[in-house]
Amino acid sequence: MVGIISYGAYIPRYRIKIEEIARVWGANGAEIAKGLGVYEKSLPDLDEDTATISVEAARAALAKRRINPDDIGAIYVGSESHPYAVKPTAATVGEAIGATPVMTAADYEFACKAGTAAIQTCMGLVKSAMISYGFAIGTDIAQGEPGDALEYTAAAGGAALLIGNEDPIADLNYTCSYTTDTPDFWRREGKPFPRHGGRFTGDPGYFKHVLGSSKMLLENLGTTPSDYDYAVFHQPNAKFPVRAAGMLGFTMDQIKPGLVVPYLGNTYSGASMVGLSATLDIAKPGDRIFMTSYGSGAGGDSFDITVTDVIDSDLFSRDAARTVTEMLKDKKMVDYAIYAKHKGKVVMME
Amino acid sequence: MTVPRFWRKQQNRYNLIGTKCETCGQYFYPPRNFCPDCRRDGKIIKNQFKGTGKVVTFSIIRSAGDQFSRLTPYVIAIIELDEGSRLTSQVICEIDEVYIGMPVKQTFRRLGTDGESGAIFYGTKFIPA
Amino acid sequence: MREVAVIGVGCTKFGENWDTSFRNLFVEAGALALDDANLSGEQIEEMFVGNMSAGRFVEQEHVGALIADYAGLATDNIPSTRVEAACASGGLAFRQAFTTVASGMADIVVAAGVEKMTDVGTEVTTDVLAAAADREWEGIAGVTFPGLYAMIATLYMDRYGLTREQLAQVAVKNHANGVKNPNAQFRKAITIDTVINSTLVADPLRLFDCSPVTDGAAAVILAPMERAREFTDAPVRVLASSQASSTIALHDRKDICTLDATVAAGNRVFEMAKVERKDIDFVEVHDCFTIAELCAIEDLGFCKKGEAGKLTEEGVTAFDGSLPINPSGGLKACGHPVGATGVKQVYETVKQLRGDAKGRQLDAEIGMTHNVGGTGATVVCNILRRV
Repeated sequence: MVGIISYGAYIPRYRIKIEEIARVWGANGAEIAKGLGVYEKSLPDLDEDTATISVEAARAALAKRRINPDDIGAIYVGSESHPYAVKPTAATVGEAIGATPVMTAADYEFACKAGTAAIQTCMGLVKSAMISYGFAIGTDIAQGEPGDALEYTAAAGGAALLIGNEDPIADLNYTCSYTTDTPDFWRREGKPFPRHGGRFTGDPGYFKHVLGSSKMLLENLGTTPSDYDYAVFHQPNAKFPVRAAGMLGFTMDQIKPGLVVPYLGNTYSGASMVGLSATLDIAKPGDRIFMTSYGSGAGGDSFDITVTDVIDSDLFSRDAARTVTEMLKDKKMVDYAIYAKHKGKVVMME
Repeated sequence: MTVPRFWRKQQNRYNLIGTKCETCGQYFYPPRNFCPDCRRDGKIIKNQFKGTGKVVTFSIIRSAGDQFSRLTPYVIAIIELDEGSRLTSQVICEIDEVYIGMPVKQTFRRLGTDGESGAIFYGTKFIPA
Repeated sequence: MREVAVIGVGCTKFGENWDTSFRNLFVEAGALALDDANLSGEQIEEMFVGNMSAGRFVEQEHVGALIADYAGLATDNIPSTRVEAACASGGLAFRQAFTTVASGMADIVVAAGVEKMTDVGTEVTTDVLAAAADREWEGIAGVTFPGLYAMIATLYMDRYGLTREQLAQVAVKNHANGVKNPNAQFRKAITIDTVINSTLVADPLRLFDCSPVTDGAAAVILAPMERAREFTDAPVRVLASSQASSTIALHDRKDICTLDATVAAGNRVFEMAKVERKDIDFVEVHDCFTIAELCAIEDLGFCKKGEAGKLTEEGVTAFDGSLPINPSGGLKACGHPVGATGVKQVYETVKQLRGDAKGRQLDAEIGMTHNVGGTGATVVCNILRRV
């Protein structure tokens, strides 16, 4: 049965308060934070980027489970902030975990669901016995335009899922996707910041596809929300996933462990996968997890996952790397000036 | 740093892969292909270092050249790896956190770039263990 | 092996010299040396010039030929060689000239050193100087040259209990000596407070612990002792010149606080010169940073490891002490035009031993110089004696 062999996440240490960002733009920070349900967001160190975060997440996954990196047959990294427009992050990750040269690799883009698209690809390669193990990684150091609404939530972080079929810690029972050509949020080639359609990103964007994909999975499998112990939704803020969960019939208790956005922000391609990592950090054998990601442009990927006995067995060392909660607690607060310097918003001549 | 020179030692820098002289048992990171003690009698093999060590000495760089001026102030240290080899690296921690003997472990970071449109050089730095 | 003497010396004023180009700096020093030796250009048989990085400072290589040309000696087609060992380039040039004369290969040989550092910005200079260390494994990690010596200082202070004030006294002493030296870049006295309150460069080293960026050139002329008096009434004999190498990277040293190349070069030069430490009347050591002077005094064998700070504090190494160190003002006050320093140290030593060090005269018979490249990967030592 194809499933998750191991998982790892990485969140950079730096944080900025939403109120601090609001202060700079003369806005009401407390009100904005409350409205979004997001209070702090992460940002990368000066020498971190999507590649370094992806490597740390992948290494965390490999620390928890003894596998030979040479047996990793594929690596896909999904991101909106790949360090290069042309030169794959996946190759750097492969080299840094000792998986090169016998492997296939590519970088993915599908806004915030590029990482989960990578999971689906790895599932296919493993199920068809083309590879033994594949890494699906979702990472971003999301860039919010100064003064734009998205600046409050665009954050940095990533997660890596190692997919295989030998003694998974969680079975990937089923996946399905709902995709349309919807221009709710985009970034043109060569431009530094994305554009978005404001309220258009809600119903025609997020909700149509998250609900579309989620309902399709429930229908295809004949399951209802009460069949699941946990649910993880893409979390651009805290309001959308809570609303989507409610509309589908999931409870706050089910989504709480995977709702990491309040003190992390939106890690874009990392968002659902970091939420899933946080859920796996506390899951028990037999727990059933429902996940739907969302990527603007637009699409939702849904997954039905069951945690196995292996998660508590000798084959897997869950505490060999830090949990998402531990990483969220390990933080260094900065002000907007330092934030701007770290995010490259302070333009310096070459 | 240029692309070919960097690429040649990429695996060494990414993964702390150095060498060992089987003849005398010395470990080398940074890697050496010629044992300074055994010379031509030295049998050199690849060695994967564990990635942990301690700070032997350190300084805090306040004023740096082109590549590093954005990072100041930062901690630079001579680190002795568990296997005995010593290397020089940035230690990512608060400038008042570092001390002689501090245990450290490896982390993957950007070492630098060749300008805004040039190559990005990745490698290993150290964080408190 | 013949006995070798210095028959003429010349040195430019060291400093930020906007008006003089790289090649003219050398010409100035060379002309002074020729005047001093009462020589005309055609009598020069060979030249060695120490220069670390004309390629990056003034985008010029092929320096041996360039300066022979601008010294007017290319028309005589003399052999002219540029040698490089980072900050010990000058020392190397001197030793090459010495062995050329000692071996009988040539009689009248010039040893010069020149560096023009101020035509580029400080960020570039910092990067150029980092090439004196291990680029692949120290430079890429972001360690600067002051950072390397700072790491020596951190460990040294931890191990030997050296105080910040003792370390600062090195700079105070050398600046006091520089006041008396008309060629020095800095000729103002400073106090321990000046040093301790100056900007941090690489903890624990501050601005006043570091030798500056400087333009300058120096030249000395060597001849066999048996012919020296054809040219000068005051020849100074070079008893011995030694050189040693060590690991390029500080992290590969057996002991980070000991420059083993200094130990080796020191032992060699004393053996070859057949003199003892107690016979030395003063030493021009390589104080690129204050901590370097302390290590030099110890590694040359003048006191035990860890004691040089106390010696400095007690005034033993002051101008009027029992073993003056850097009576010229050292690199700290004179400035450090990288390739020139090793030759300038000989210039100062010769002036002292001749009794020609106006305003800063010691009563000395035997002097010593100590020139270091990088963090100690190359060291050159010389012992000279009044004749």
